[in-house]
Amino acid sequence: METAVTKTGTEDKIWGGGNEPLKVSYGKMMMWFFIVSDALTFSGFLAAYGFSRFKFIDSWPIADQVFNHFPFLHGVDAPMYYVALMTFILIFSSVTMVLAVDAGHHMKQKKVILYMFLTIIGGAIFVGSQAWEWKNFIKGEYGAVETKGGQILQFLDTDGHRVALKDIAIVDSHKDRTQHERKNGIWFDKEAALPTYTVEEIRAGFAKNKDLLIRTQLLTEKGEKTILSREESLRRLKADAIGVVEGANLIHNEYGTPLFANFFFFITGFHGFHVLSGVIINIIIFINVILGTYERRKNYEMVEKVGLYWHFVDLVWVFVFTFFYLV
Amino acid sequence: MAHDTAHHESNIGRIWKVFFLLSVITIVEVILGIIKPAFLIETTVISMKLLNWIFIILTIWKAYYITWAFMHMEGETKGLRRSVVWTAIFLICYLIFILLTEGDYIYEVFKGGYKAWDF
Repeated sequence: METAVTKTGTEDKIWGGGNEPLKVSYGKMMMWFFIVSDALTFSGFLAAYGFSRFKFIDSWPIADQVFNHFPFLHGVDAPMYYVALMTFILIFSSVTMVLAVDAGHHMKQKKVILYMFLTIIGGAIFVGSQAWEWKNFIKGEYGAVETKGGQILQFLDTDGHRVALKDIAIVDSHKDRTQHERKNGIWFDKEAALPTYTVEEIRAGFAKNKDLLIRTQLLTEKGEKTILSREESLRRLKADAIGVVEGANLIHNEYGTPLFANFFFFITGFHGFHVLSGVIINIIIFINVILGTYERRKNYEMVEKVGLYWHFVDLVWVFVFTFFYLV
Repeated sequence: MAHDTAHHESNIGRIWKVFFLLSVITIVEVILGIIKPAFLIETTVISMKLLNWIFIILTIWKAYYITWAFMHMEGETKGLRRSVVWTAIFLICYLIFILLTEGDYIYEVFKGGYKAWDF
């Protein structure tokens, strides 16, 4: 059989190099090598996430309170639905991939083309969804106040609903604090973007509105965030608050400890990068299938190999989903 | 080549069955995650909530199906299967054990009041 797989011409000799003790081709074997090492890389990240989480076990953010957006449902609290949808999309693209591999075994070019196309579309939708998730996370929704010790204080009304900074702050129109830009200084130096409101404005608004309470990061016995009494809230805001946080980046995070944001960006980012490369590799193989390369080779092993990678990406997502959104 | 096109049975039926199973497990996870039944949260098994254990077990179950059915591990030789699965599982368990133990220790140090952090 003529194939594109490298042959030494000494396959009949035991030590000739054509021996396959594990009954898989060289290419598939190397894909397994890669998958095992990549699985250990991801495990390292997730284990490090677990380490930080155990370190702050009584103050870690609750995923339901962080990821609760769904497209076109503004202001509706929809925890998990979106990420569940993303998981389905990825699992389904894994199914179409395995169907493509199956069609390849039977040398059905048309079917391989169809299924690989669906796989690529699924992967692209997934990457897009993840970008949307990132956008919501970075932008934030309600905003919070940061304390001297780097703790986050969030605002609630007496019914337990979140209250946004813009509904609290009494804007002081006489403030003379402006953003320092590069062009205004005596030296070419600028400052980080100023938040929309100052701590004083939040304090003033909070003192006026008697319905407001503060929620801290500390978890109660039941695994819910602690809500302070009105007096304690006022004291805490007066004594400890030093800055306003809107959204999340690598240094400040309105949802809780910055470590949560760091791990979120790093792990889902690394996984998203895997999906992106998977989509690109799939497109390359897809073009080859259309061109009839594998038809001429008389085997579709290449589809099988990218399939292995694609399923691996799905496998990793199953774990990321559990540890970021469920546990 | 290891694969001859001739001895490949079409197993489309099995693929859809596995997809159905994975979907059901995911739906169960999401429902549990939204409802969070009180007794599963209040019960603690080996220093973790029972609900979290259920999530982890369901996840490993899903991982098993993805590897065995989709990545076709069930069709590989015993040698390949063991060198991939056992190696990964051993190293991952080891890593998780050390890091989580250490993380818990640091938590105890923080809680013990040696270091003020909530201010």
